[in-house]
Amino acid sequence: MKLNAIAFALAIGFAAAASAQDTGPVKIGFITDMSSLYADIDGPAGGEMVKWAVQDFGGKVLNRPIEVLTADHQNKADVASSKAREWIDKDGLAMLIGGTNSGTALAMAKIAEEKKRPFMAIGPGSARLTNEACSPYTVHYAYDTVALAKVAGTALVKAGNKNWYFLTADYAFGHSLEGDASTVVKANGGTVVGAVRHPLNASDFSSFLLQAQTSKAQVLGLANAGGDFTNAMKAAREFGINKTMKIAGLLVFINDVHSLGLANTEGLQLADSWYWNQDDASRKFAKRFFDKYKRMPSSLQAADYSVATNYLKAVQAAGTTDGDKVMSTLKGMKIDDFYNKGQIRADGRMIHDMYLYQVKSAKESTAPWDYYKMVAKIPGEQAFTTPAESKCALLKK
Amino acid sequence: MEIFGIPHQAFLGQLLLGLVNGAFYAMLSLGLAVIFGLLGVVNFAHGALYMLGAFAAWIMLDKFGINYWFALVLAPLAVGAFGVVIERLFLKHLYKLDPLYGLLLTFGLALIVEGVFRELYGASGQTYPVPELLSGATNLGFMVLPNYRAWVVLVSLAVCLGTWFIIERTRLGAYLRAGTENAALVQTFGINVPMMVMLTYGAGAALAALAGVLAAPIIQVNPLMGSNLIIVVFAVVVIGGMGSILGSVVTGLALGLVEGMTRVFYPEASNIVVFVVMVLVLMVRPAGLFGKEA
Repeated sequence: MKLNAIAFALAIGFAAAASAQDTGPVKIGFITDMSSLYADIDGPAGGEMVKWAVQDFGGKVLNRPIEVLTADHQNKADVASSKAREWIDKDGLAMLIGGTNSGTALAMAKIAEEKKRPFMAIGPGSARLTNEACSPYTVHYAYDTVALAKVAGTALVKAGNKNWYFLTADYAFGHSLEGDASTVVKANGGTVVGAVRHPLNASDFSSFLLQAQTSKAQVLGLANAGGDFTNAMKAAREFGINKTMKIAGLLVFINDVHSLGLANTEGLQLADSWYWNQDDASRKFAKRFFDKYKRMPSSLQAADYSVATNYLKAVQAAGTTDGDKVMSTLKGMKIDDFYNKGQIRADGRMIHDMYLYQVKSAKESTAPWDYYKMVAKIPGEQAFTTPAESKCALLKK
Repeated sequence: MEIFGIPHQAFLGQLLLGLVNGAFYAMLSLGLAVIFGLLGVVNFAHGALYMLGAFAAWIMLDKFGINYWFALVLAPLAVGAFGVVIERLFLKHLYKLDPLYGLLLTFGLALIVEGVFRELYGASGQTYPVPELLSGATNLGFMVLPNYRAWVVLVSLAVCLGTWFIIERTRLGAYLRAGTENAALVQTFGINVPMMVMLTYGAGAALAALAGVLAAPIIQVNPLMGSNLIIVVFAVVVIGGMGSILGSVVTGLALGLVEGMTRVFYPEASNIVVFVVMVLVLMVRPAGLFGKEA
């Protein structure tokens, strides 16, 4: 009896969700770290970019209004996945955008696959999203740990920095980045001496850095991000580690450089998918962002805008919000906007150019937020996982 | 020579770093212990006050060019004054109620203060430079110790000793302790107990802020620095024995060392080792190491 009642309730729930999907507003959900160590590189401003994209698209698609929902996952996979599930089941969400944190993204990708909803991963780094854990519904849009390792790692090893030690954030993203960077280091004839793993959002890095220093490696690879990266950099300078080892930030955002200041970051080489000062269209977007937030957008915030726009274009072209049809349209489209040019591969990996930048010195920087000079532009086919390297079944057809 | 499988040099270095962190824990838990011991308030706003101290120093430098040495005095005074305002406006109404109300109130205040600073300054944090006089590092043979960190340990120890002395060995301290035992009786001797209580909370807030100023050159000054630390500091206070000043100082230093050692042998556990110790201690001594059994 009880089971029947539950089944009945579920049936009503599904019916309601199904009907909401066809007529009511098209709902896009955005879940990211809104309040903790990654909040500045994506966070509330990232959510606002999704809203801007919707606004600029005209606020409507298929004659239905578009609604943007946002939530804070607090860097907890269970919070992220239960919110995603709630939105899909209760609100009939059409598409989900996942901001920073790989742990939360891997959890949400599973839900999206189960519910057949497109899942756009922007901020999470882990390349597992389109590799071991790939799904027909996941798109990994901005960058991933493989690209970071190939672009930043290769450049450093080729410049003679052969001997590496890693300081790694102890969760999905850090492990991915350390693993991918190690592969690149070894492939280019280098060696990895060891690694120390620190808890996410660690406040004090001195002990970890002391261990790195005693390793006698040439390069200290920082496989962490956001607040962890900035605190590690600061402590590394304090303890004079930068005098005995070359410090390589494997994932550095412009907000981190701004926060640390050029004096602390000068000369640092880093990989990114976008920089606000790369062309006119980017500068225009950046100016609009700056007028509201008094800082320049990160590559993730640019990607948030871009992915929402391209999703809406795909919905328009497909004439439906049905997950399968939208995904096949999206994967058939050429993506070309201020953020980047490229195409989404069968495994969900958006293949586009990546850039190697070097942080300017205070002398070279001529304007506020004028921080990077471009060292190299790496074509997407070289930067990302190649089909031959991939473990994703979707590429093996 | 090796100690537990790691070179003794690295081992000594890690011990020293543990001591530096322990000094922070000691100073923060000292303020908490003073406030709890004398007022009976579980001050969850302590982390936020610590963060305010760091931000006050940063704002003074960034906006007004006030250097570190002045900030070391001015920031605690400013935050202490803010503490007095909190006590007058909110806390004084709660003394007769269950301590739970004070806990909830200060927790709420902490969330508000953090939220405001996050809104104003974002989450990535601000850089506060190490003061010129203390920049550079000294080679101790087994490690290179930044001069600034040595300074932090010295200041913390001096402050802890001073606070202990005032409360346990001076007339003012005697009044304070008596006032918390029996306010009505002490008041009949012509001592202004509410005023004393107010200043005590202010002093506790100032202690938190001082720790914040000391921390500013070491970590990025950011709105979350307090909430990242406060739970650990509470664990320190509980292990030491709620309200015991000696207990919180000794435990603070000891747990800094324990945490430092964990970072060497099993770094993944370094975030929880303090709580493991807390559980073990409470199983054997429910009132904490230096606490008095009720």
